[in-house]
Amino acid sequence: MAELDTSSGGSHKKGPGVKKSPKKSTKVDLTPMVDLGFLLITFFVFTTTMSQPTAMQLNEPKPDPHNELEVKQSATMTLLLGKQNKIYYYNGILTDPNSQFKSSDFKDIRQIIVDKKKSTPSVDLMFIIKADKKATYKDAIDILDEMTICAIPPGHYAEVDLNDQEAKLIQQTEEANGIK
Amino acid sequence: MPRVKVPRKSTNVDMTAMCDVAFLLLSFFILATKQKPPEVVQINTPSSVSTKVAKSDAVLVTLTKDGKVYLSIGDNAHKNDIIDGINRIKSLNLTPDELAKLKKQDFIGEPFSKLKNSLDLATPIPAAEMDGIPTDSTDNELVDWIASVSDAYRGEDISNLNLLVKGDNEAFYSSFKNIKDAFAKNEIYKFKVVTNAEGVPAGSELALNPEANK
Repeated sequence: MAELDTSSGGSHKKGPGVKKSPKKSTKVDLTPMVDLGFLLITFFVFTTTMSQPTAMQLNEPKPDPHNELEVKQSATMTLLLGKQNKIYYYNGILTDPNSQFKSSDFKDIRQIIVDKKKSTPSVDLMFIIKADKKATYKDAIDILDEMTICAIPPGHYAEVDLNDQEAKLIQQTEEANGIK
Repeated sequence: MPRVKVPRKSTNVDMTAMCDVAFLLLSFFILATKQKPPEVVQINTPSSVSTKVAKSDAVLVTLTKDGKVYLSIGDNAHKNDIIDGINRIKSLNLTPDELAKLKKQDFIGEPFSKLKNSLDLATPIPAAEMDGIPTDSTDNELVDWIASVSDAYRGEDISNLNLLVKGDNEAFYSSFKNIKDAFAKNEIYKFKVVTNAEGVPAGSELALNPEANK
């Protein structure tokens, strides 16, 4: 183990017939190393900018019993958030037979919001968002985000508490559709 | 006519310099990026199209998917005031030693009844095993915490208070509602929620008219 053959490399004298080994260049091709370096740089640059959390501003309505906002029935759409990312919606007042209580989900709701926005004068337009107790936090944020995406101006949508009648209706619909 | 012989040059370029630059940049980026603190409480935030960056010197209310609520005060200038304030308001009788321990915690997540005992423990309880601040409508201790927070910012511009809510996707809306109620009882109606950045969907109104967001 410890013995090394130093006869060929160490001595200057070379016996006859010993071939001179050709001198190899010490230059190494650095191209792969450069590739690797830049790959890592791009990786770090992308990951650092992507993970930046953003903040969404929420402005809650100030409860003011003397100054209740009046909205037009015909221009109002109420969005109810239920379990399993379901959205129920109706126009105007729930007791009105023309209110068209329907169910939807986050895929289709954008088109419904946009249609409502187009068919209503923008001054009167109002979306009322009500979330059921068992709706998820994600849905509550997503629907507000949807308002931003559909460019509904602030003040034309509001988050309000669910009333008993609506809670009952959601419960009935969920039971009928087997949503737990 | 004699031809001019163009000497053939090697196409090999010395890569050493480029390699140096690449690794210099690499080491710069590694050193310059702030390490993300390990997440003590696992939160998957929803995404939104908002592009505002969440600042770190904020009063953060964390909501886990089990509905537990934690408070973290990232604003060191007001941290002492907030914690001394809650000790005074709720007469918790914390010793200076216990107060110092509480100020060191990143996550405050024990009900007032257990706060003193939990601070006396030799090894602090990991945040994930804390009970969370109670936020039920009957016993909403977050109201007192937020009262102490808004006290600490009294006399200043209210926009200095950077109130953030960081909730988990799977948390129930009712838990979020309890947090909002705690804010409303202290007459705070403006706050921010932490979200993941998300691209604006193609073809939507916002994509066609980005100014509408303002």
